[in-house]
Amino acid sequence: MQLSFLLHHESDNVGVAVEDIAAGSEVLGRYRDQPEEMHISMLEAVPLGHKLATRAISSGEDVIEYGVTIGAATQDIAVGQAVHVHNLKGKRWY
Amino acid sequence: MLNRTFFGYRRADGRVGVRNHVIILPIDDISNAACEGVAALVPGVMALSHPYGRIQFGPDLDLHFLTLIGTGLNPNVAAVVVIGIEPKWTARVADAIAASGKPVAQFHIEGTGDLKTIQKAARAAMTLLQNASELQREELPMTDLVISSKCGESDTTSGLGSNPTLGKVAERVRESGGTYLFGETSELTGGEDIVAARISDPVQRAKFERLFKEHTDVILAQQADLMGSQPTEGNIAGGLSTIEEKALGNIQKIGKAQIDGVLEMGEAPTAHGLFFMDTSSAAAESVTLFAAGGAAVHLFTTGQGNIIGNPIVPVIKLTANPRTVAGMEEHIDLDVSATIRLEETLAEAGEHLIDLIQATASGRLTAAELLNHREFVLTRLHRTA
Repeated sequence: MQLSFLLHHESDNVGVAVEDIAAGSEVLGRYRDQPEEMHISMLEAVPLGHKLATRAISSGEDVIEYGVTIGAATQDIAVGQAVHVHNLKGKRWY
Repeated sequence: MLNRTFFGYRRADGRVGVRNHVIILPIDDISNAACEGVAALVPGVMALSHPYGRIQFGPDLDLHFLTLIGTGLNPNVAAVVVIGIEPKWTARVADAIAASGKPVAQFHIEGTGDLKTIQKAARAAMTLLQNASELQREELPMTDLVISSKCGESDTTSGLGSNPTLGKVAERVRESGGTYLFGETSELTGGEDIVAARISDPVQRAKFERLFKEHTDVILAQQADLMGSQPTEGNIAGGLSTIEEKALGNIQKIGKAQIDGVLEMGEAPTAHGLFFMDTSSAAAESVTLFAAGGAAVHLFTTGQGNIIGNPIVPVIKLTANPRTVAGMEEHIDLDVSATIRLEETLAEAGEHLIDLIQATASGRLTAAELLNHREFVLTRLHRTA
């Protein structure tokens, strides 16, 4: 099965698409340095370079990438949904 | 860089260069025309026009002088013609460059006008260029190179592939006793604690924390929404959602390496090692400051396709975004997109990059040089008086 997304860190709740992913597809994700595989049923399309939720994220919950907080969800996000500026906001600047 | 060598130029002050430019350096905006006049008469020299240099004061003026002097001192520069409107500030820059032993000629325009100044400066430029053309490249250790790094129009492929490729190079440069610079102060926001924790010397760590706070306080004081600026619209189109995410991708450029020291804007490192320099996150401002700090080769990663170059420093451009490789291939020196498909390891990509640094340092032209990208952009700290 072709690799569709990568994860930076085991505590991350998002992955990064390394190809254009269609809604409804079953996709494979991997870590660069770990053998584990992850399979996700996509609810939305995610273009190359954009993020998808690999765990359910509640509104207000931290979004984790690289094992570090990159902001907080502004709405509930289901596994397989796209994560970007429409549902994620940084916590550091205005 | 292990025990590799390249063919370059050792300057009178001992620093090592990879190009042999003769530059015509204006002190101020109104001297650009004379500098460009000289460059038009003497093919092979390069005028470094810029829009500043009048009625500046305080730290902003200090940085102006530091950047111009550092540009002249850069080891990729063989000789300099300095032209200003009046003699005192002209001498301030020209004499500081000449103190390194580098050949310098200086001219001012008040009293004689552009045309006679151009005539005199062009004659001096001919001699400086002819002398520079006699210099031969010699075999030098790659660890004597100062290498700087910066990312631009980043996207998530930068954090996944191209920046960690630089990280592998940064680790190897530091381990082998070379010198590597990184910066982009505002773009550490969200990862600044990770950077601070890598600085073992408490004095240098305190300097980093002060510079980071001073830089980001200016941003916070505006109470502005920076979305679209930092991160840029290109960053957002490429999938980056927040400054924190951009920062965490940015710091992949130093890999797991420790940080040996912290530099002010345009400050030259005085030892080998891995250094943070306080810089703007805008590509041309940042690379201009690294060049003023003595960088001889610049490594530039892009996601969506920043096309920057620099007049005196070869900018090696790499991307891990296959779409950018396909659409903008003439700008890309190294394609590392296989790393995000796990078809190539970061160590393998790093090895290809080291090969390219070696070739570029020995004279191979970069895409940015071939496409005539010569962005020379001075950083301003505050308003003109």
